[in-house]
Amino acid sequence: MSAKADVHVHIPKVRTLVLVWLALICLTGMTTGVSYVDLGWMNIVVALLIAVFKASLVAWIFMGVRHTTSLTKLFVVAGLVWLGIMILITCSDYSTRNWTYQAQPWATNPAAGTSR
Amino acid sequence: MAETVVSVDERAVGETHLRHHFATPAQQTDAATLGMWTFLITEVLFFGGMFAAYAVYRNMYLDAFASTSEYMNVVLGGTNTAVLICSSLTMVLAVRAAQLSNRRHTILFLILTMIFGTAFLVIKGFEYYSKWVEHLVPGPYFHYAIPQFQQHAQILFFLYFCMTGMHALHMIVGLGLLTFLLTQTYRRVFSATYFAPMEMIGLYWHFVDIVWIFLFPLLYLIGHRK
Amino acid sequence: MATIAHGTPEIAAEEVNYLNVEHGWKSWLFTTDHKRIAILYLISITLMFFVGGFMAVLFRINLLVPEGIFSAETYNRLFSMHGIIMVFFFLVPSIPATLANFLIPIMVGAKDLAFPRINLLSWYLYIIGAGITMYAVVRGGVDTGWTFYAPYSSTYSNSYVLGAIFGIFMAGFSSILTGLNFIVTVHKMRAPGMSWSRLPLFVWSNYATGLIQVLGTPVLAITMLLLAFERMAHVGIFDPNIGGDPILFQHLFWFYSHPAVYIMILPGMGVISEIVSCFSRKRVFGYNFVAFSSMAIAVLSFVVWGHHLFLTGESMYVSLAFSFLSMVVAVPSAIKVFNWTATMYKGSVSFDTPMLYAFGFIGLFTIGGLTGLHLASLATDVATHGTYFVVAHFHYVMVGGMVMAFMGGLHFWWPKMTGRMYPEAWGKFAALIVFIGFNLTFFPQFILGYLGMPRRYHAYPPEFQALNVLSSAGASILGIGYLIPMVYLLWSLKNGPKVGPNPWGAAGLEWQIQSPPTTFNFDETPIVTEEAYNYGPLEEVIG
Repeated sequence: MSAKADVHVHIPKVRTLVLVWLALICLTGMTTGVSYVDLGWMNIVVALLIAVFKASLVAWIFMGVRHTTSLTKLFVVAGLVWLGIMILITCSDYSTRNWTYQAQPWATNPAAGTSR
Repeated sequence: MAETVVSVDERAVGETHLRHHFATPAQQTDAATLGMWTFLITEVLFFGGMFAAYAVYRNMYLDAFASTSEYMNVVLGGTNTAVLICSSLTMVLAVRAAQLSNRRHTILFLILTMIFGTAFLVIKGFEYYSKWVEHLVPGPYFHYAIPQFQQHAQILFFLYFCMTGMHALHMIVGLGLLTFLLTQTYRRVFSATYFAPMEMIGLYWHFVDIVWIFLFPLLYLIGHRK
Repeated sequence: MATIAHGTPEIAAEEVNYLNVEHGWKSWLFTTDHKRIAILYLISITLMFFVGGFMAVLFRINLLVPEGIFSAETYNRLFSMHGIIMVFFFLVPSIPATLANFLIPIMVGAKDLAFPRINLLSWYLYIIGAGITMYAVVRGGVDTGWTFYAPYSSTYSNSYVLGAIFGIFMAGFSSILTGLNFIVTVHKMRAPGMSWSRLPLFVWSNYATGLIQVLGTPVLAITMLLLAFERMAHVGIFDPNIGGDPILFQHLFWFYSHPAVYIMILPGMGVISEIVSCFSRKRVFGYNFVAFSSMAIAVLSFVVWGHHLFLTGESMYVSLAFSFLSMVVAVPSAIKVFNWTATMYKGSVSFDTPMLYAFGFIGLFTIGGLTGLHLASLATDVATHGTYFVVAHFHYVMVGGMVMAFMGGLHFWWPKMTGRMYPEAWGKFAALIVFIGFNLTFFPQFILGYLGMPRRYHAYPPEFQALNVLSSAGASILGIGYLIPMVYLLWSLKNGPKVGPNPWGAAGLEWQIQSPPTTFNFDETPIVTEEAYNYGPLEEVIG
């Protein structure tokens, strides 16, 4: 039974690669520059968004995820989702530890003698 | 059974690089690619444990963490980020050159990648040395300029050394792998019909770059700078 | 069945197979044949099983008297090393590295796993890890429990923590590589016509196991490294002196170690699917449900780890979520039990040794699983956490479940792997001894835990002595039950009757090839045209 013997090879254009490189350098400058501006809690959000965008560029273009099979894309997403599960759930323990539950008294209080 | 017409290149691949348990070169390359991506996912979770610890402690001790940015060398860190980005470019150009059977360019770009990688490690070495001199290495000699953060800042610096240290270890392994690629290229092993190891190690190299892309803002740019 | 030409039923006197194709230690230590690597693993994990078992014998002797026989420190080291060896060096690799390593390529119709050299590397990593851990044992072992909770393990313990950590680190990488190999093999090496829905459920189970190994074990690796750094540097992120949180260690540790228990049980479930269908002569009821359940277990196993932290001061809201999810994760396991039972219904059930172990598994795993729900429920866990109830629960699922499945699988595929049949009467006898010994050992522990006896203590109040003596008596019977198969299985290698390709009349690609198989498994690539478990009408028995 003959099987597909050829491998589909995607050869990237140098122009694309250099443009991505340029974008990455600029984004690095941007993230450094933004750190000099006080945005309060937005600083970390902006920094992470830029980092995610840079990482996506590297993965999509340099690592060739854009040309890979759906299975590979699924694997990449799954790895990130699992990382997210670990970080989010662990952090949610710490952030909800001090939540207190304030019990409200019943409208009709048995101790006060009213019947229920 | 009909004779399959095979080009010379494919026969060469079939004889020399097709492992016996694979039916076709395509299957072998597919399996190698999936295998490398699976391995990279394990690396995501591996570094992820440290990122989780970082997230927890940053939320707990934000002020102490933010104060440490003054003592991080953003110039060196930023330069290192740029160095790694350049090395990623040269790496993908090296793979491209192999795909085009351009042995000279492959060697050129591999050497450039290794130079960038080594530069990264040298700069890191300077950084580590300066941290040691400034008493910022966790342990008995740790001394922080802001007394009320003396304890919690140590956590950040412990994570700094663990995360960048583990990253540097992966870079060193990467340099070893690049040396292997260099020798294989020199021996004319790679060509347009067989360049899988170049691709796979390229994936690894880019992954190590991605880790640094996250480490830089998280470790160097915590508090906003003046 | 696959359309491979059958050989003649008579066995050639000197058939070439993977065992006799080459001789000499180099042909074994440098092999890339998945079947030989499986045998190498089998020998290694059996040795580790008996080392870990020996430690159990010692501390069960200690527990014969309320005041204990050994010192507390010695007792702590014994149960810690027992746990480490049994978890990391026996249970986690057991079925994947032995039976699955042997069978998965054959079951998907391939000549080998996707990465044979990485398969060999994983065995070497295992051996290095086992060697380091044995060295740690010789240096006195660790007394932290297999859970290595900080800050005791990172700061205060005087035992050989670093050695144990590095041994486990190596074993972890062995496990990751095995899982990676299985995942890629199942995706990329299936023979023509072998679609996902035609795969044996044993393959589905081990594929799901591989997913867990790949996603969870790296977190164990980094957690162990962080612990090692802290121990070496005398400062670290789990150290309360600098504001570190020991509970963070528990979060990171259990993020792996809970999915790890599913690494340990899923392959066993896969074995049971194979055995139950063969010895009921009926296809597995609800194939899709069982396959889907394996995947569901793999996914859900990652969101329940907090149930180990219920009593640590974990947030109440997160505890509630974990408790609920821990109940949910029991559902796919229950689905499997229902499906195995339904498979037997109106089947033609025979009681060969593998089936006896399968029956044992189904009953004992169910008990273990149900008691897990008791522990998943927050209020009842407060009473039973840290008691022998927990110990009994996990031994029911791990020993009553997984080890029984391993023994069943070992017997089921023994003729395939060795070309020889074991003595059936002895097989049944040993299975019975194991069942009796197991229940005598661990059922009293449910009662002890319920009555409040804490775990990991070398001494206990005198009123618990009777139950402890029962448990220790059971342990010695259980030990004998495990030794008997060692003897007759080894005996059968030279003296057991030789068998043909399919002594059980089972369905599956592995039963179409000779016993033992050749190095490359198939003479020609099989072409699969039928569903798995294609057992014909009951009157037709394939010889």
